[in-house]
Amino acid sequence: MATGRDDFVIAIRSAFLKKKDKQRFSLLTLIFLSIFTIILSNFNFKIIQIIKSSINEVTYRSSFFVSIPENYIKGLKQKFDKHMKVYDAYNETKTELENLKEKKLVNEYLKIENEKLRSLIDENIGTNEVLAKVLIDKESPFLKSIVLNKGTKDNVKIGMAVLDGVYLAGQIIEVNFTNSRALLLSDLNSKIPSILEPNNVQAVVSGTGLEHGIIEHTQDDFNQDINTSEIIVYTSGRGGLFKPGIPIGKISRDANQKIDFFSDFTQLDFVKITSYQIGSK
Amino acid sequence: MSALNKSPFLKIFLSYMPLTMLLFSVFNELNLNYLKLEYFAFNFVHILIFFWTLRNPNHLGYLAIFFAGIINDVVIGIPLGISSFCYLLLCSVTAYIRNITLSPNFIKDWISFLFTILLINSIQVIILDLFFLVEVNYMNYLINSGFTFLFYPIFFVIFNILNQSISKQTND
Repeated sequence: MATGRDDFVIAIRSAFLKKKDKQRFSLLTLIFLSIFTIILSNFNFKIIQIIKSSINEVTYRSSFFVSIPENYIKGLKQKFDKHMKVYDAYNETKTELENLKEKKLVNEYLKIENEKLRSLIDENIGTNEVLAKVLIDKESPFLKSIVLNKGTKDNVKIGMAVLDGVYLAGQIIEVNFTNSRALLLSDLNSKIPSILEPNNVQAVVSGTGLEHGIIEHTQDDFNQDINTSEIIVYTSGRGGLFKPGIPIGKISRDANQKIDFFSDFTQLDFVKITSYQIGSK
Repeated sequence: MSALNKSPFLKIFLSYMPLTMLLFSVFNELNLNYLKLEYFAFNFVHILIFFWTLRNPNHLGYLAIFFAGIINDVVIGIPLGISSFCYLLLCSVTAYIRNITLSPNFIKDWISFLFTILLINSIQVIILDLFFLVEVNYMNYLINSGFTFLFYPIFFVIFNILNQSISKQTND
């Protein structure tokens, strides 16, 4: 019995402390170093922030260059898929264009009316936009985020909205000198105050870690209220970070409160990083 | 042909192959996520580290694994040090198995691998969820562990061939 325990202790000691010919550090030293790194990365000291930021800068750039062959192959596959669906896509686009032409006329009128009403209550929304290129879009199965090529030197700040065209794609959660990281709407940790139209119900759009999102904190009788085939989800502007009315996604009647985001997060090449100043003139 | 087999370039290339694969996969976050199969994902890095530190640790140093973990944390955006810690725990299990095993056996390795990835994924979830308050999907982790376990035999065969080539080159 004692021999068995001795063998176990010898095996453990050998595993953790013994260095092979080409190993410079023992396993135990490196495990302690990684624990030390975890603890340090939790502190917000300036020196730690600078080191973290430098590591991020180097790694993001390196990852961008290492990913070039893989991204090229992915791009080829997408091109091929699009090419195969070109006829169906043409018919779909034609119908959609007809509908949009009709809606455009109504929208123009509403836009002018909206501006008039805002000027009546003495309110304006200022916008600052920065166009950014997506450097890394490696979506881990656990965290959904992208790295952008604009950082503090371009006045990017934490909390700014990330738009794909006119659609909301996410928000900035980390900023370095020349790049930044945006958390996508599909991430489990993403929570966006929103409004469901045409029912005018306040809700929170939450990511699921999958391709779709879900709505939370709606009125109890919301399900009975659904009398349209499709509900469009917009930002409500309640958090104070985003302006109201940025389109997020749509909920189909049979989708059981699942949101299909308007933006396709796998196809992001360029995005707009935007901040809003909402207030009186 | 024989001259090619003894080429010093090939020898160096093969001996650095595990390290190159490790760095390439952490920079690329290689998990076949883009196949768009819901829930499908596996952790190639875990398979790679487990195999090489178990069968031929001379070609994959612990320091390189530590730095690979740091890079992985930066690329996927989790607090620094977590992946390094998990990778090194994986290494400690393989070092222990190597010390207590006289004749290596694939089935025993495979079962040990299952327990190891379940352990390190649990530790990662605990650190992220309880200490850093990052919300994670437990089911994703479980399914990821399942696929990683299932993919091990395929990569075992590939890595074994590579390992034999490296050993052959080194002995020549």
